Amino acid sequence: MTEGDAVNGVNRDGSFAPVIAGSALGATAAPATPRNVPNRGGAPNESIEPMRQQFATAVRRVDVVWGETTVVVDPTRVHDVIRWLHDDPSQRYDYLSDVTAVEFRDLEQPLEVVWHLRSLPYRRFIRIKVLLERGAALEVPSVWDIYKGADWLERECYDMFGIKFAGHPDLRRLLMWEQYNEGFPLRKDFPLRGRFSRSEQLRQALAANPEARYSKEELSIADAFEDLPADMRRRLTTGERTGE
Amino acid sequence: MATTKRTVEVELSTTGLDAQGRPQRVPLAVDEGGNVLTMEAPLGIEPDLSGEHMLINLGPQHPATHGVLRLVLELDGETVVRCIPHVGYLHCGFEKIGEYRQYNQIIPWTDREDYLNSPGNNVAFALGAERLFGIDITERCTVLRVIACELSRIISHLVWLGTTCIDIGAFTPFLWAFQQREEVYEMLEMWIGARLTTSLTRVGGMGADIPDGFTEKLSAFVRGFPKVVDEIDRVITRNGIWVGRTVGLGVMSPEEAVNYGLSGPMVRASGVAYDVRKDFPYLDYETYDFDVPVGTNGDVYDRFLVRMEELRQSTRILDQALKRLPDGPVNVDDHRVILPPKSKATSDMESMIHHFKQVMEGPRPSTGECYVAVESPKGEKGYYMVSDGSSKPVRWRIRPPSFVNLSAIPRMVEGHLLSDVIAINASIDIVMGEIDR
Repeated sequence: MTEGDAVNGVNRDGSFAPVIAGSALGATAAPATPRNVPNRGGAPNESIEPMRQQFATAVRRVDVVWGETTVVVDPTRVHDVIRWLHDDPSQRYDYLSDVTAVEFRDLEQPLEVVWHLRSLPYRRFIRIKVLLERGAALEVPSVWDIYKGADWLERECYDMFGIKFAGHPDLRRLLMWEQYNEGFPLRKDFPLRGRFSRSEQLRQALAANPEARYSKEELSIADAFEDLPADMRRRLTTGERTGE
Repeated sequence: MATTKRTVEVELSTTGLDAQGRPQRVPLAVDEGGNVLTMEAPLGIEPDLSGEHMLINLGPQHPATHGVLRLVLELDGETVVRCIPHVGYLHCGFEKIGEYRQYNQIIPWTDREDYLNSPGNNVAFALGAERLFGIDITERCTVLRVIACELSRIISHLVWLGTTCIDIGAFTPFLWAFQQREEVYEMLEMWIGARLTTSLTRVGGMGADIPDGFTEKLSAFVRGFPKVVDEIDRVITRNGIWVGRTVGLGVMSPEEAVNYGLSGPMVRASGVAYDVRKDFPYLDYETYDFDVPVGTNGDVYDRFLVRMEELRQSTRILDQALKRLPDGPVNVDDHRVILPPKSKATSDMESMIHHFKQVMEGPRPSTGECYVAVESPKGEKGYYMVSDGSSKPVRWRIRPPSFVNLSAIPRMVEGHLLSDVIAINASIDIVMGEIDR
């Protein structure tokens, strides 16, 4: 099977063509389990050189830590860099493994947003990082328009760290409920046991109304909203939530 | 002419007719004078329900959602128009708790996220921590971990198979699958003393070496298990009901599957040959001879076929691992992470210091970060760990495969029938402990 022959997993003659990871590498040796990986240093990923040529100013730093290449990118250009990594035929980072953030215990250090990308055809792995300085707005561009898989990963990151992903179509809380108002649990200033006492948390849970578990959008299905009691409708339209 | 509808209650009889000789319990049209109109008379205009959509709340306590998953569905008749999933009911903040625990203390938490794959999670976490510590594990430990990974793949797929059969209406394979699962759990019990929450690994080695009689039991299992897989194969693979309820549902094209970040059997059923064991190998998986099954249609049936074949391939890997299992130490000889033997800790000064430092302070890796991914039964399970040089990680991130797989469920169910939602949801093989963490 040659590159570009298959469309949607089907060859031109109609036979099935599986997408094979590592297919762009040709007959090079099969990958092996890494051994004796050094802590720092080593050869960076093959994508770094073309990336530096393409985005000379946007690439701020390249580290190789434990054999993995980390690129620190300008926050305003990160979407362009990822778009290029995804689209460029010599890179083809078509798989988004993870989107997450890191906050250090030293609160002077910037917050990091981390993308883990894989190129299945070239069997490459790269880590893209954006540093959000203290005091700056916690906002980075969403990559949802490139990878549909970013949907929940970005929502979870927003839920846990409060980082806004500009351009995400539906940036709501995911693991915590929508009325949760204690803040962002994975931030270092959030106490391990939560902000409220157990009795207060229980009181809030019992005070919550069942209709608050539906979004207004969901209640618009089948005009369920119109059938609610008047006081529930009023609360939902004013955005007032119980249990807060 | 104004008509009213009412139902006439009549005594039950076997003829199906009431005392007046009319069919029972039919709405009768009555005019203003109370006279019953004939059945041919118009009953008024039926309200047109075709345009109305219905709101259905599936879960979070419905057994067919495989855990506390809640799907809010908008139905047009029986067809799903829109699906809005809600997760997070099991959220317990594993990642937050991990920031307050030493590396070896996190291993019991990894048992509890994807609780059908506990040994595999333990191995994945230990691999990540060892990368941070810069440790290369021993030969024997590598093979033992492969055995642990493949055994946990088998139990996870068996639970998936059994519960999916129940969802779709086949009961017998459930019992056969759980019988075999019990055998694996007995082996794990022999090995580490626990069945579900194994905590099998330690940073730099294993919690225990395999006991006497383990290899015999394992080789008996390797011989007997494929026969059970064949038997289940015969019962359901060509079963008309099974095929009818799974073929053509929840189809994902290869490009879509990659773009949505699907992994494991989900992406392979769509015809993408991506397996972390082959493409980004760990634990010397490149030296084992096994095949990666790939589907062609990307529907529920292909996911089933891929998992069935993975059961057989796991048995092949187990067989090879048993044959090559070397003698030698299980744990690395590194006093930074492995406790000295108890007898030495109480007699030898240096060992006592290492013991004290490890117990009181915990092992400290150098600063750095790593993302270690393994092929869990659900897909690419990644642990991203960041260390600032202290004994506790700054960040311990779990990349849960079934979380990303589940995020594609609106794309898969929309346009299908309500009853197919159950089959599609079952085919994703979700574990809510892993999704909510």
